[in-house]
Amino acid sequence: MIIGQDALPATGALAVATLGMTMRFGGFTALDDVSISVPAGSFHALLGENGAGKSTLVKCMMGFYHATAGQMTVSGREVQVPDPRAAHALGLGMVYQHFTLVPSLTAAENLVISRRDTPAVIDWRRERVALAAFMDRMPFRVPLDQPVRALAAGEKQKLEILKQLYLGRRFLILDEPTSVLTPDEADEVLGHVRGLCAAGGITVLMITHKFREVTAFADAVSVLRRGRLVGQGRVSDLSHADMAAMMMGEARLPAPAARTGQPGATVLALTGARALDRSGLKEIAIDRLEVRAGEILGIAGISGNGQMELMEMLTGQRPLSAGAMTVRGRPYHATRAEERQMNIRYLPEEPLKNACAPRMSVAENIGFRSFDTRGGGTRFWLAPGALRRQAEALVAGFKVKTASLDAPIAALSGGNVQRAVLARELTGTVDLLVISNPCFGLDFTAVSDIRARIMAARNAGAAVLLMSEDLDEVLELADRVLVMSEGRITYETPAAGADIATIGHHMGGHA
Amino acid sequence: MTDQAMATAQRRNGVDGLAPLARRAERVVLPLGALATGLALFGLLLLALGKSPVEFYALVYKAGFGTAFSWANTLSRAAPLLFAALCVALPARLGLVVIGGEGAIVLGGTATGALGVWLGGVPPALALPLMAAAGAAVGALWIGAVGALRHYRGVNETIASLLMAYIGIALMNHLIEGPLRDPASLNKPSTVPLPDALRVGDIPGLDVHWGLVVALVCCVLSWVLIERTTWGFAARIAGDNVRAAQVQGLPVGRLILGFTALGGAFAGLAGFFEVAAVQGSANASLAAGYGYTGILIAFLARQNPLAVIPVALLLAGFEASSGLVQRRMDLPDATILVLKAVVFVVILVSDTLYGRFRLFAPERWRRS
Repeated sequence: MIIGQDALPATGALAVATLGMTMRFGGFTALDDVSISVPAGSFHALLGENGAGKSTLVKCMMGFYHATAGQMTVSGREVQVPDPRAAHALGLGMVYQHFTLVPSLTAAENLVISRRDTPAVIDWRRERVALAAFMDRMPFRVPLDQPVRALAAGEKQKLEILKQLYLGRRFLILDEPTSVLTPDEADEVLGHVRGLCAAGGITVLMITHKFREVTAFADAVSVLRRGRLVGQGRVSDLSHADMAAMMMGEARLPAPAARTGQPGATVLALTGARALDRSGLKEIAIDRLEVRAGEILGIAGISGNGQMELMEMLTGQRPLSAGAMTVRGRPYHATRAEERQMNIRYLPEEPLKNACAPRMSVAENIGFRSFDTRGGGTRFWLAPGALRRQAEALVAGFKVKTASLDAPIAALSGGNVQRAVLARELTGTVDLLVISNPCFGLDFTAVSDIRARIMAARNAGAAVLLMSEDLDEVLELADRVLVMSEGRITYETPAAGADIATIGHHMGGHA
Repeated sequence: MTDQAMATAQRRNGVDGLAPLARRAERVVLPLGALATGLALFGLLLLALGKSPVEFYALVYKAGFGTAFSWANTLSRAAPLLFAALCVALPARLGLVVIGGEGAIVLGGTATGALGVWLGGVPPALALPLMAAAGAAVGALWIGAVGALRHYRGVNETIASLLMAYIGIALMNHLIEGPLRDPASLNKPSTVPLPDALRVGDIPGLDVHWGLVVALVCCVLSWVLIERTTWGFAARIAGDNVRAAQVQGLPVGRLILGFTALGGAFAGLAGFFEVAAVQGSANASLAAGYGYTGILIAFLARQNPLAVIPVALLLAGFEASSGLVQRRMDLPDATILVLKAVVFVVILVSDTLYGRFRLFAPERWRRS
């Protein structure tokens, strides 16, 4: 709602500014006195590492959070945004990293149902005419009559942006809008967005951590680090090195853990492995994949190109329709006995969703690998005392912050859930470690901590298979890099001296 | 240690002492609250009918728990309810909602009656265990099939078990009216009555058959299985997050088959005791709805086999009082059924309240 002054202009881009925006969660200051100004019609980038406060800032602007202190103005008028609905009423909209469209409905249906004033009975003939008129005013278009699930990722993201325009939003926050797009799709979408800004129709604030996109599309940039605004400027005045320096600050990232030892014998091998993908329509085809002891094999790729299915094949959740999976030359089916005998451990992505029983306690979750073992054999009666002592030791050793060992693990923060799972999976001898997106959504300290543990496992002789959507992570950790695209391995290169542009082309399936 | 540090330490000790209690309290307070709400809502319904809720609940108490006679009545109804509730609670720990225990009860009873006819000359010490095993085995196959359909074919276990209950009842009716019918049973088709030697007797000094003792032992053993064994631990992991269980290499399929079959075996035992201790032969009275009341009991007990015991006694008391309240208050014979339904709906609603109250989540206390 607008405080005390006249209404906003009826059309055209909005200017938005925050003044001393501060957000505290208990004793933790997520956002500290941040003032940024985005003039009407500009394309502003918001840079920062995970946990720097970018999401907190935009959530305060959109009314998801109530800032502890600070004000916001829209086109010079002071406003209050108690909830997202109020933000929408002002003309503020947000496009998320992941799609918020209904896959089974067409683009036209998605647009019409997103309106707040959609009547209970929709007059489709009239809506279609209105939509056609709307599309004529837009610089780009998407097929309106196909179910959204049939659209490519780039088309979906364009539709998300069209949806915001259709809803009359004039200030758009884009939250890492290109993370699920290929580089070419990203360029196309952002090019259109840039055009809309230049035409004076919208103002854009884009969260990103890709310097390339900032340089290519944004006018100005603000950099956050640990909740503070640490740098601002016109993009034309800043080099990538300047931006990186602002993001990292004085404190250099701890140097990547040292890499010691040489790769040994092959541990995990997939030959001619075939399985159906999630949709059941396409095939995942891994002709040859080998991970050797004492090496990290990184698999790069854009999300949704079969990494999830490959993880499921490796964990025995997705049956192979052909081919073989072997560990040290012996067939492997991911049974508990095999995992134990051959010292195989997993770190799936989103550990709370894929590796924990959320309602069971921290102690119980840490005991998943060991609850049924006694020495080399198995046991029938639980030993709660031993489980608890083990959990106590591991919680201390891996610095898991928890109120109590009896708290449900779902009550822990993401970084601490990941530490608890690491504690469980990295205890004892590890010969093969299969990892997927281990640092997704974690803060600085957790990330460097977790990467160091992975490197330590490699140096100790474990074969590590690392799937990650974060190319920087793959390049930092891996000895060898594979690129996965459309369910296949399309490229292989040693990590040392790898050419990022070539990898990028293969990730996009354009090589 | 400074005063302030001491105070902090003391406060922390106090909080840590209360924390486990608070965590457990949620699982007791919410179901009890839901039960009370359900009873109160039903009271409003009675008021709308112009009847007195106070009189109603007083009568329920008197007929269910007021006298030695009413306790005997309640306890003998409790046995099949305990078994039926276990048939829901055990699969529920694996995340399966099995609501077709009724089918396993009637088929377990039919198997008992049929086998009893054959075993007339066998010593009871051998024949009774055989009959019990037959009842349990048939029940295990019936509900185990639900688990197999779920695991191997992805068939929804709730729908499958419910529909299979109707098949089970139809199968029983076919058998007792056809191949297994005692020609002497004229107006109520039954199997040939069991000889007296093959009847299960009463607990000495009580007017309650041995089924109650066996059911109580089964509840305790089920609790031990779930809370104290590695199989139960594995089942709890799979029930909370099947993906995590698969990543750990746990045999999810075997757990599902095992727990559904065990639940079915308990329901089959309910059928065995109904035939061998109560009816004396398998007949249509086996389909008395115990399987369905068992669903309500298991949900009220939060699928905890020990909590099933008091809840089953309470519900058995309701059933025992059914006849009296109908006659005294001139209420329709569906009254107790409506009461159970109201309580069940409130229980289902209360399921959405878990985790909503900061009081029960110690890890959120300090943030306030």
